[in-house]
Amino acid sequence: MFEITSKEKIATKEYEIWVKAPKVASHAKPGQFVVIRTSLNGERIPLTIADFNVEKGEIRLIFQAVGKTTYEMATMKVGDALQDVAGPLGHPSEIKKYGTVMMIGGGVGIAAILPILKELKRAGNKVITILGGRSADLVILKDECEKFSDELLVTTDDGSMGMKGVVTDGMKEIVKRGEKIDQAWSIGPTVMMKFSAYTAKELGIPIFVSLNPIMVDGTGMCGACRVTVGKNIRFACVDGPEFDGYEVNWDELMNRLRQYKDQEKISLENYMARVGDLSWL
Amino acid sequence: MIKIPNNKTPIKEQDPKERIHNFGEVVLGYTLEEAVAEANRCLQCVNQPCVAGCPVNIDIPGFILALRNRDLPKSTQILKSYNNLPAVCGRVCPQESQCEGRCTVGKMKDHEPVAIGKLERFVADWEANQGIVNIPEIPSQKLGRVAIIGAGPAGLTAAADLAKMGYEVKIFEALHAAGGVLMYGIPEFRLPKSIVEREVNFIKSLGVEIDTDSIAGRSVTISELKNEFDAIFIGTGAGTPSFMNIPGTNLNGVYSASEFLTRINLMHAYKFPESDTPVRLGKHVVVVGAGNVAMDASRSALRLGAESVKIVYRRSEEEMPARIEEYHHAIEEGIEFHWLTNPIEYIGDDKGNLTAVKCIKMKLGEPDASGRRRPIPIDGSEFIIEADMAIEAIGQTSNKVLLSAFPELKLTPHGYIEADPETGQTSVEGVFAGGDIVTGAATVILAMGAGKKSAKAIDEYIKSKKAVL
Repeated sequence: MFEITSKEKIATKEYEIWVKAPKVASHAKPGQFVVIRTSLNGERIPLTIADFNVEKGEIRLIFQAVGKTTYEMATMKVGDALQDVAGPLGHPSEIKKYGTVMMIGGGVGIAAILPILKELKRAGNKVITILGGRSADLVILKDECEKFSDELLVTTDDGSMGMKGVVTDGMKEIVKRGEKIDQAWSIGPTVMMKFSAYTAKELGIPIFVSLNPIMVDGTGMCGACRVTVGKNIRFACVDGPEFDGYEVNWDELMNRLRQYKDQEKISLENYMARVGDLSWL
Repeated sequence: MIKIPNNKTPIKEQDPKERIHNFGEVVLGYTLEEAVAEANRCLQCVNQPCVAGCPVNIDIPGFILALRNRDLPKSTQILKSYNNLPAVCGRVCPQESQCEGRCTVGKMKDHEPVAIGKLERFVADWEANQGIVNIPEIPSQKLGRVAIIGAGPAGLTAAADLAKMGYEVKIFEALHAAGGVLMYGIPEFRLPKSIVEREVNFIKSLGVEIDTDSIAGRSVTISELKNEFDAIFIGTGAGTPSFMNIPGTNLNGVYSASEFLTRINLMHAYKFPESDTPVRLGKHVVVVGAGNVAMDASRSALRLGAESVKIVYRRSEEEMPARIEEYHHAIEEGIEFHWLTNPIEYIGDDKGNLTAVKCIKMKLGEPDASGRRRPIPIDGSEFIIEADMAIEAIGQTSNKVLLSAFPELKLTPHGYIEADPETGQTSVEGVFAGGDIVTGAATVILAMGAGKKSAKAIDEYIKSKKAVL
């Protein structure tokens, strides 16, 4: 069992927790993920390792309550424990000195971009960060990202914070003023990654994306997470999760993410009927 | 001379009409009287060909004789001194090509061999039903420490044997449950998970520690293992599914058998929504391949409520690799077999859902490297099978998670670990390997045999090393 040592609400339905998982913490690198299970009947779901503390043997997970498992996690308290935490999984991000890097994060994907931008900053890169959200309250971890960024730009759909628009508007804005970007990362909702990859291609910027397909074991044993990259079928769990954004077949990935939509709905409704009002999350 | 009945003593099974609606075990087992009757069919012949046919060389006439004498404790003790997982082997071994395939009775005119597998299962289940499992005495002074990577049949066997010899053994298992393919691969109706758990608990009772959620090469590195243990045994299996890579492979509704079966067996998707993990409920299902995994996948799809399940196989019935009992059960349950048929494309709708499988007819040509006649497509014979679900059960390759973290380890051209077939010794000193990660996908019992051989070799290795010091 893996104990939750702290928990904080960071936005509507978005939480951060620190979990005791010493073996994961001591081996984790930015860009990697864990597979967790809340209980014996639980589903295995992947979550990015947002941060880790080797001394305390803890990892930081940030999630949004969207399905049964994440709703259940959101109701867990400090002292409760996850049934399973397995990792670190996937290839770490390629950290080196690129020159100037553009780090694009959206929604809970900001939690995944944070450890990578931190390390890129340490590696001597100039870090320009773009965070996107529907509204100001959904732009999470802004202060932390700002600490490790040379420049930080926020875009919101409703204009409640920063620039009114989406992250691709921010990307164009930065390039327009003459900034030369050597490498970009985009992590967030699939549709955001898709369009930031298209925009990066237009702008001639190489871009990594971190894919979030449905997984089961997370160790290359089932192929649930297969994606088409270029002409090849790749397993996001062991060949990724990061891929060249130009090469990903986005529409296929989005179709595959919808595979269990009906069952996911049943699962969540049953859970809600069992636990009662969750509007406070 | 006593006349030996021609046929095996019949065994009770769930009615096919009933069992296609549940995941309960198909074969219900012998009663004591039935088991003794079957044991009486054994000739107790002197040359014991069955023993040579068994990868772990169980004293088969010995345990059958004890059973015939109704001395079940003795029968159990004989069986368990050779085999740490008898209840499993009795259920999943391909007996027809091993012990039973060599049985002298089976060589007699019009005679079926002794039902060795069913007797093994009977004895193992008898012991479990007593509620008291006899645990052999374990030496208290430890001879050394051994790390085992993977809690599947090879790793569990090596662990149990080493623990009995007096080693401190720790198994590192990547998944949340021990058992490997016995847990995630083989369905409940063929091997109830409670039996796997029972056998795993027996191995734990020998003092073996099993660390689940522990991914060697990731949450524990090879150098950490080398520092902490006197020897390492790798039994990670052939866990990465192969795909045919035909157009449409990533449509929704196309599965690897590994994913489909893992969802059902390890994650209990057949109990959804009581269990959180879902699985697609296909109405018209096509399963590609004709091995045991294909039988398991097709019969599972049927139990989830499919209206039709078709197995397509590019060779003919004769080359089919499945265990004969599973094939018979599949036919009884209404699985359709389309021999000499190979899928060439998956067809989907505008939402990315599978709607049909395009196949081509095959004919058999000259024998290939495997000795089997090579299937050749017949031009112009393409046809369509309507399907909302397709499951590829065409084999697995080695999993690279551990191998990529262990570059010193020499691999075969096919990507498996190069290891001495007699000892499991790899190219790295103190590191042994066995099971599917060495041979490629094979059987539970072969993996167990490899685990046994390596346990012996590890014992010799550690003793000789400590003698020098």
